[in-house]
Amino acid sequence: MTNLFTSIHSFFNPTYDWIPQVVNNSKHELEESYPNRYAGKLLLQTEISLEQSTFTHLLSANYFTAVTAIEKHLFGHRCRRCGNQTKRMFASFPCARCGTTHVYCRRCIEMGQITSCQPLYYWTGPTPVWKAQEKACQWVGELSRYQKKASERIAMTMKRGNDELLVWAVCGAGKTEMLFDGIGKSLKQGKRVCLATPRTDVVRELLPRFHTAFPSTIISGLYGGSEDKDGNGQLVLSTTHQLFRFAHAFDVVIIDEIDAFPFHAEPTLSFAANRAAKQDAARIYLTATPRKMQRQKVEAKKLKAVFVPVRFHGYPLPVPKLQMDFDLKSALKNYSPPKSFFSWYHKRVNRQRQLLIFVPTIKLAEEMVAKLANTLNLDKGDAIHHVHASDPDRAERVQQYRDKKFSILITTTILERGVTFPSVDVVVIDAGHVVFDEAALVQIAGRAGRSPNDPTGEVIFHHDGKTTAIVQAIKSIKKMNQRGRKL
Amino acid sequence: MHCLWCDQEIIPEVTWQYLLFPEPPRKICSNCERGLVLLAGKRCSSCSRVTDQGICNDCRRFENDSAWKNVLTFNKSIYSYNGLLQEMITKWKYRGDYQLREVFSYHFRDLFNQSFGKKQVVVVPIPLSEQRLLERGFNQAESLAQLLETPYQHLLTRIHGEKQSKKTRRERIESENPFQVLAQVSNPVVLIDDIYTTGTTLRHAARLLKDTGCPEVYSFTLARG
Ligand SMILES: [Zn+2]
Ligand SMILES: [Zn+2]
Ligand SMILES: [Zn+2]
Ligand SMILES: [Zn+2]
Repeated sequence: MTNLFTSIHSFFNPTYDWIPQVVNNSKHELEESYPNRYAGKLLLQTEISLEQSTFTHLLSANYFTAVTAIEKHLFGHRCRRCGNQTKRMFASFPCARCGTTHVYCRRCIEMGQITSCQPLYYWTGPTPVWKAQEKACQWVGELSRYQKKASERIAMTMKRGNDELLVWAVCGAGKTEMLFDGIGKSLKQGKRVCLATPRTDVVRELLPRFHTAFPSTIISGLYGGSEDKDGNGQLVLSTTHQLFRFAHAFDVVIIDEIDAFPFHAEPTLSFAANRAAKQDAARIYLTATPRKMQRQKVEAKKLKAVFVPVRFHGYPLPVPKLQMDFDLKSALKNYSPPKSFFSWYHKRVNRQRQLLIFVPTIKLAEEMVAKLANTLNLDKGDAIHHVHASDPDRAERVQQYRDKKFSILITTTILERGVTFPSVDVVVIDAGHVVFDEAALVQIAGRAGRSPNDPTGEVIFHHDGKTTAIVQAIKSIKKMNQRGRKL
Repeated sequence: MHCLWCDQEIIPEVTWQYLLFPEPPRKICSNCERGLVLLAGKRCSSCSRVTDQGICNDCRRFENDSAWKNVLTFNKSIYSYNGLLQEMITKWKYRGDYQLREVFSYHFRDLFNQSFGKKQVVVVPIPLSEQRLLERGFNQAESLAQLLETPYQHLLTRIHGEKQSKKTRRERIESENPFQVLAQVSNPVVLIDDIYTTGTTLRHAARLLKDTGCPEVYSFTLARG
């Protein structure tokens, strides 16, 4: 009975006690770069670029230890690399290597096949030693007093280790700068730091900023298609997906947008993020729109939190205006915004601002471009474009928009977070649609007024019936503004 | 049931027709299915390539070459080798997602029976060299042969050689035959492979079989590259 209970429990609550500890600490005759290259990673032999003889030697001397790749449970399997335990994502095949028919993981197969006969290898030699830095963080800039308070809490948590902190900061609070001090101090102590974010765009945007702030630190940027594949840096900026190769690697793990899709939706990603952290790591979670579960934990004081209710430029968040449109559904049938949009458009406060329009579906985004270009008498292709998730030119389009090469961008929720434009008005068409949940609407509203030169901006939600998400989003924006005024 | 390719849930349309004659469970969703193009219309009678020339230039060249003339009776392929199929084959054969072969099972069996069902043929998958087999974990041609109702035989082995793709057509044809025959057959043979690209590899195998007494050799492949 106890056995049955234990096996059920272990299937639903992954443990990481299978990750081996250091076995051979001798640096004698060991190539200096190995610990930095291999520590904290779960690798297939094909991913270890060493001569067969060198590898065999390191393995027999316990510098590498083989780890079974797939756990067998009473109710199925779990892949130790990607955390997959969905039945249909495992299949079996007659293996020519070992002559038996056995299971492999389909979910992470793009990273090389994980089977029950091919182990993963984990470095169990000396831990890496990073180059000593007198002053790792070279960032010079002023923090607002709210940022400063958060920055101190972050640095303290990182120093203490074995602790968690939720940083609840409004969109545009300047969270990256709040991290710099703590990261700098951690690097100086020889700690290894990882910042994981759900979005490739964010890694690309942060990488140059971190290179400037930490000029003498080895920094890796990992995302699908990045040049760096190994992640041998002391500071690793990574998409959550790229954490699939790390295990007990980092002393500090910062998870950006802890509430965001796909991190929130995919349990395997939190499996990977938890595994990438050392047991005594400091974990910092960043969010502008925490999920209910996280808010409850904070309220029950089970999760420490620090609030940053004011944007770095000190202005409050723009509160969305609600626009009820009886003609919304009929307008959408013709891929057009409702009438009220046009009357607003022709007399909006600041015409210098670019316009960012959110729509619920890809089809609408595509079709509305022509419709708007026509009605507003704009040059299609010159003034107005659209982007969506599977758009291969997305990064380029967004950059052109940021460079003010065109004035209206129609987008699906893909641009709801992470990406900043200095001066935009924001319009949501059909804000009552299910794709716009509370967090999405708060994030979308947070696109406006990001720059100190134009700290306000209009946000309009067009709907034909208020949803709970709309009401809650506005309530939470007002609440943050209130909290900001009190400080 | 979830699509083997995109993992979307497949919800069968329940009609009277369906209740009376339920279809076999589908392996991929209709969206992905549409991406796979079955070869149809005017095609080369010798290699299945889409052409309205009757017999394509590549095949004509083989037939005009005394070394290759009549070696392979014809090749039958199922799909056009488009972007989606390329992606699927890469994931299946090189990444090792063995289960993806099920995507092809229905058409593979169906067209085989149409083309060779009435003949007394022996099915022979094109082998991999020992080294390739260990690298990949399985032989894609053999895993296709297993989809058929006709049992298959290992009549060939393959010696590991340098990658063929770097050579020109001429060099490839003149290069040494990578196969060896393990046993003789007196029945016609259908060679199985995933892709018919230039047809040279298949012809090498066919020539050896014919040299050892096999009366006729065909090939049956997933895609015409
Ligand atoms: Zn996996
Ligand atoms: Zn095996
Ligand atoms: Zn599909
Ligand atoms: Zn032909």
